[in-house]
Amino acid sequence: MDYFLSEEQIMIRDLARQIAEEKIVPVRAELDETGEFPWDIMKTLAQSDLFGLFIPEEYGGLGKGSLELAIAVEELSRACLGVSTSYAANALGTYPILLFGTDEQKKRFLPDIAAGKRLVAFGLTEANAGSDAGGTQTTARLEGNEYVINGTKQWITNGGVAEVYTIVAITDRSKGPRGASAFVVEKGTPGFTFGKKENKMGIRASATTELIFDNCRIPRENLIGKDGAGFLVAMKTLDNSRTGVGSQGVGVAQGAFEEAVKFARQRVQFGHPVITFQAVQHMLADMATSIEASRALVYTVSRFIDSGAKDVSKESAMAKVFATDTAMKVTTDAVQIMGGSGYMKEYPVEKMMRDAKILQIYEGTNQIQRNVIGQALIKEAARNR
Amino acid sequence: MRIVVCIKQVPDTSEVRINPETNTLMRDGVPSIINPYDMHALEAGIQIREKAGGTVTAITMGPPQAEAALREAISMGADKAVLISDRAFAGSDTWATAYVLAKAVSLLGADIVLCGKQAIDGDTAQVGPEMAEFLDIPHVSYIRKIDDVSADRIIVQRLMDDGSDLVESSVPVLLTVVRELNTPRMPSLKGKMAAKKAEIGRLTSSDLNADENNLGLRGSPTQVRNIFAPETKKDRKIIEGSAEEQVNCIVAELAGMKCL
Amino acid sequence: MFIKVNQEKCTGCGTCLSSCPFDAIVIKDDKAFINELCQLCKSCLSVCPEGAISETSEESDSKEKASGKGVWIFAEQRGGVVAGVSLELLGAGSRLAEKLGTDLSAVLLGAGEEEAGELIRWGADRVYHCSDDIVKDFNDEPYAALLSELIKEHKPEIVLAGATPIGRSFLPRVAARLHTGLTADCTSLDIDDETKNLIQVRPAFGGNIMAAILCPYTRPQMATVRPRVMKRGEYAAGRKGEIIKVGAGHIGSRTKLIETLMEACETAVNLQDANVIVAGGRGVGGEKGFQLLFELADALGGSVAASRGAVDEGWIPYRHQVGQTGKTVAPRLYIACGISGAVQHLVGMQSSDIIIAINKNPEAPIFNVATFGIVGDFFEIVPMLIKKIKEAKGE
Repeated sequence: MDYFLSEEQIMIRDLARQIAEEKIVPVRAELDETGEFPWDIMKTLAQSDLFGLFIPEEYGGLGKGSLELAIAVEELSRACLGVSTSYAANALGTYPILLFGTDEQKKRFLPDIAAGKRLVAFGLTEANAGSDAGGTQTTARLEGNEYVINGTKQWITNGGVAEVYTIVAITDRSKGPRGASAFVVEKGTPGFTFGKKENKMGIRASATTELIFDNCRIPRENLIGKDGAGFLVAMKTLDNSRTGVGSQGVGVAQGAFEEAVKFARQRVQFGHPVITFQAVQHMLADMATSIEASRALVYTVSRFIDSGAKDVSKESAMAKVFATDTAMKVTTDAVQIMGGSGYMKEYPVEKMMRDAKILQIYEGTNQIQRNVIGQALIKEAARNR
Repeated sequence: MRIVVCIKQVPDTSEVRINPETNTLMRDGVPSIINPYDMHALEAGIQIREKAGGTVTAITMGPPQAEAALREAISMGADKAVLISDRAFAGSDTWATAYVLAKAVSLLGADIVLCGKQAIDGDTAQVGPEMAEFLDIPHVSYIRKIDDVSADRIIVQRLMDDGSDLVESSVPVLLTVVRELNTPRMPSLKGKMAAKKAEIGRLTSSDLNADENNLGLRGSPTQVRNIFAPETKKDRKIIEGSAEEQVNCIVAELAGMKCL
Repeated sequence: MFIKVNQEKCTGCGTCLSSCPFDAIVIKDDKAFINELCQLCKSCLSVCPEGAISETSEESDSKEKASGKGVWIFAEQRGGVVAGVSLELLGAGSRLAEKLGTDLSAVLLGAGEEEAGELIRWGADRVYHCSDDIVKDFNDEPYAALLSELIKEHKPEIVLAGATPIGRSFLPRVAARLHTGLTADCTSLDIDDETKNLIQVRPAFGGNIMAAILCPYTRPQMATVRPRVMKRGEYAAGRKGEIIKVGAGHIGSRTKLIETLMEACETAVNLQDANVIVAGGRGVGGEKGFQLLFELADALGGSVAASRGAVDEGWIPYRHQVGQTGKTVAPRLYIACGISGAVQHLVGMQSSDIIIAINKNPEAPIFNVATFGIVGDFFEIVPMLIKKIKEAKGE
């Protein structure tokens, strides 16, 4: 279906697709097996200017928006979620600086990020603070001209490979929801180390580690936004990144769907290709429909965000929850359609199914997304009375 | 450094087939691509620019649709592109082609001229060295590594059948490159956007001050007499049976051929 | 000269469109027109069911034919040893010289008197030999300068060289300098009975088509020939001929050979001299598969080769590559394992005496040229084959 993309958007899509097909597909099985970080592919993405997509031109980027980012992420996800997560997590980590940073901070960090010279990570999650960000225990104590950070972040994407980390830490526990602040911490700062790389069910090429802060001192200038705005920064960041996760869902679902169709056309049982059986056709039809619906929703919400809309929480949550639930169902159905072959590592769909699961969990579980939507509905109803 | 890269738009010959009954080429739907060896030449040119500074100009002699190949070259990182096109060039063999390209390079000025080893449609590997002769500059063919580039000399490795030769040449120089030299980069978004807006230079035979007796079919010392499909071998046999039976059959044949 | 469609005969059936490699034919108002993209390759002439396409000549087409006498071959040497291809060229050259009723000369740059003498024993009537230091090792400029000078002075009608990294590199300079035609990678050479022109046949479009080329007006007619394509002539130990010394004192060079980096070779056997070749393609799956092939080659006393696909994957070095962009081989026995048989590969090995193909895919084009074909799994067949060969040899 034609989404009436602009010429530039088509250019972005075609380039991301070329990289996906020529550079990612040939190595995805090996990356999954070894869990190696895809440095070479990151270099290719950097050289093709894809890291700078959403960064303003004045800081060396291309000044594009959520829709362009969604298009690129979708194409990369069609090939491998592990790689697309490593790429998309940079946007997640950069949004705090982009949305709340001072001009000086933007000048300091954004050009290298846009050039793909430095990878970024977003550090919010902790052992006691998953869905409940209020459980954050990492602290940042102001001492003269420095903040001293103590605590541990858990399951951080791009941990260890990124050089720029935007984290949220408690600056004043007594202030409750207004007691946290956002900071930039650079790799190599004394007192900042990493835990081991986690051994995951899926997106195994993506580096997931703990961030360990032990009296880590950072300059006062590394505070992002106002003191106490930490959770606000986090919320706005997540609002903006949800369509990215949604497009990951669209991409992996599309990839799995195509594999299922390819297989069903040539697999012959009872004298016919299995794609001629109504049972299989109905499954494929449902898969295709939900993928298209997900894509349409992700693109529309992206356009909505790019229009400068003030409050996008409900819509972005809808895009994330719908597209990622779709991805889980589609990848599972793809394995089912391919039967025994689908279960074998020889074919790419079992990896896609394992990869897709995280989409329902990270950047706000789909249960939290539903909470967000629910809260928004209540507010709307109250307003409309 | 003034770096000029010669590229050619070719059909993807891995997809082209000939119909042996009618002796015709079947190239429906076969896409046009930049000659793969020229991609390596472009990459080499861009890398030389990154190290030693200068400009990379991509040129091609071809029909108007070859412009697409030039825009692709810009999206990879070439600074400028020039299309050398004229009806008078039709039917050129390698001599006439090299003559025209050399005239263009002369006009543009170059310190390093880069060409792919051969074009995958003509497969002659002649245009590069012939150009060097017309330009009266030295050339080195089959470059698999560039060890050093400076304003007055280069040191390169030439691929031979049994290894390679380490060769030094004065500059200006023409190099033809093989695949081993590098991995061509993907186009960049900024490059693609620049390519869309880029002004492609145009040179015709009068711009080049070319002698019309050296152009096109008239200027070509060689001519195509006719084209035909390659012969297919006559006696062929597929060996049936289980794997063991197949292997036994082969071993028997090998024994018969006294290969054992 | 140009190609024209007779508008009266043309029915607008469009059969010619797909035959044109350059998309130069368009249908307008139900008639075919040939536009400026035409490269005069003449592929369309035979296609038209109405015979409506023909070539028309112009007055300016007729030119004067230059003169020349004698068949020459360029004998290349590496490390002082004449290459096998040069001896094959002597064979081809002497057959052409006989047809033309003329003699055969060789040009040898570098190497010693003994090698020059060998060229005579392999068929040359005369050898122009330069043993100056500047030509001891291959270098484009001095080689091109010397050969051009010799040709200008003695005016042969045909000059042949091997289509090797050496021949393909410097012959074009000579052809450009002398304003004459050069045809690359010829697979056959013959003399046209009427015109006495050299008919040069070569593959194009990656080997998908064969083209017969002429150099009708200029002299010499130059051609490069792939190794293992022509047959050597007779070796006559007592054969006599002339050796003419050539000096290169006046020749300079802007390029210089610093040193030769030989590749450390486990198997010293030159692929092009091997009698038995075992080759692997993408279907071999990886380096482990190639280890099996080395075993098989060992058992048969042969060498290992590869298709471009396997070399591109990095499973085996480029020097083992056979095909359009690799070496040409013509062994007695060529065993192709996991090679699909794309035309670019066939061009490099199809003149092998016996071809055995092992491939999973029954539709693989390799089976069109294989004397014996096995549709099967490489990893099942080859280990069994190795075992049974060893048994048959009594090991």
